Amino acid sequence: MNGQEVAFLILAVIGGLAGLLVVTSRNVVHAALYLVVALASVAGVYLLLAAPFVAFVQVIIYVGAIVVLILFGIMLTRAPVGRRVLDNTLRARVGAFVVGAGVFIMFTVFLGGAFGDERIENQGATATEALGESLFRNYVLPFEAVSVLLLAALIGAIVLARRD
Amino acid sequence: MTGTVWDIFILLVKVVGVFAALMVTVLLTIWLERRIVAFMQTRVGPNRVGPFGVLQTLADGIKLFFKEDVRPSNADKLLYGVAPVIMMIPAFLAFSVIPFGFAFGSERAQLADLNVGLLFVLAMGSLQVYGIVLAGWASGSNYPLLGAVRSSAQMISYEIAQGLSLVGVFMTAGTLSAAGIVAAQQGDPLLGFIPRWYVIFQFPLFLVFLLSGIAETNRAPFDLPEAESELVGGYHTEYSGVKFALFFLAEYLNIVTVSAVATTAFLGGPDGPAPDFLPWLWPILWFAAKVFFFIFIFIWLRATLPRLRFDRLMDFGWKVLIPVALAWVAVTAVVLVVDVNLPRPVLLGAIGVLLALLLLSFLLPSSDKEKADRTAPGGSTP
Repeated sequence: MNGQEVAFLILAVIGGLAGLLVVTSRNVVHAALYLVVALASVAGVYLLLAAPFVAFVQVIIYVGAIVVLILFGIMLTRAPVGRRVLDNTLRARVGAFVVGAGVFIMFTVFLGGAFGDERIENQGATATEALGESLFRNYVLPFEAVSVLLLAALIGAIVLARRD
Repeated sequence: MTGTVWDIFILLVKVVGVFAALMVTVLLTIWLERRIVAFMQTRVGPNRVGPFGVLQTLADGIKLFFKEDVRPSNADKLLYGVAPVIMMIPAFLAFSVIPFGFAFGSERAQLADLNVGLLFVLAMGSLQVYGIVLAGWASGSNYPLLGAVRSSAQMISYEIAQGLSLVGVFMTAGTLSAAGIVAAQQGDPLLGFIPRWYVIFQFPLFLVFLLSGIAETNRAPFDLPEAESELVGGYHTEYSGVKFALFFLAEYLNIVTVSAVATTAFLGGPDGPAPDFLPWLWPILWFAAKVFFFIFIFIWLRATLPRLRFDRLMDFGWKVLIPVALAWVAVTAVVLVVDVNLPRPVLLGAIGVLLALLLLSFLLPSSDKEKADRTAPGGSTP
């Protein structure tokens, strides 16, 4: 094993454990913090893949904004009793299991099908410029589609939240 | 092999040097703040410990380190202790990509030249929210929790403006690297005396960065998370002794870091006229002078402006800073792409001054009609 593989192993173990603790933790705020660790280890994996731009964007967006918003929501809604266990019904558990298993199977099948045993060699660090070129030239349609989806979600949230 | 050992040694020397310099700057900043604010309020300020009281901060620090460490019984044991550390580490790390000089011989005067340099600073800034939010939540008490809720909303909002304000700099410089941005601001002065610093070509973004930087560091007039007249001490109400000292240290470290980033992105970093005598020293002096200029602005604003109300804070961030930054990024993009007869810097500078005037007009007292709207019942947010 070379250094990169050792580092990946460490990150994978930390991220996996944190992911497990997100769903088993009995304290909502602790769960959100374990989510931070899991997302940060994904950022670490991006760094190992020589994609520093993606890695730091991951930190800014997911670690620095999304989980903070989750914490904000927790504190605003059930602040004094923030340590209570979330509603954990059988239905929710079954649904979570189905979704989780589905995503897992999908990723294993897709990644296995796409790459198999192929060994991908190290490439140099991705230039931010090249990333921008490919995002806004080759993948501009998916990019715009995702933007519209996010906008729709935003408007949906406002509609749900406004009562007047 | 000796090469590697030597490299590691050099790196260690630089890390320790930067750490020590940062700590000394923080000590000086705290002392300066107390003295300058005292001067502005016709008081004397600390003047007993050391010459002009300059060692006062050191004495206060020692006192805090020997104080009893109290932990509220309702606190979350682990997070209560971790929060100050989470607050402090990113503050130190953010400085590692800032070039504080040009070179010592063959060594660059910078800890690491990441090719995503300033993005790293933004990432570290975004981690800082956790220090405040966790401190507020883990204290298990109401005032800190209110401070935490305020700070999470405030910091996320102003982070967007801060990130956008650097986008224009990235676009003009064509790089994210801090050293690259400094290099892009060098060159012959325009018209013989105007330096090619981005403070001129990106003036609206400079204002947006400065204002959002003040908000990100939770300084007056944006110090709602620790508003002492409303929330006792805000997120650090329950903290004492060494943990409180860490929060205090982190706050001032943030001021130094934001000043350093503003210097790098908008004032040409260590750029400035340098005589042949001791060529490595002058850039560092220029850098320090610019950083202290920004620190002085921070202190000046604190002594001058009253705290904003929370809804105004949100309005200002979302309805003024973000649109201005977005508009300016669009203007920059157009100017960079379109072919014009005028030199681009001049064009950008002219449009920039116009837009800046527009931005400043928002700061003027609002009209009577607006005031009536704002004081109407049900119009305020928590």
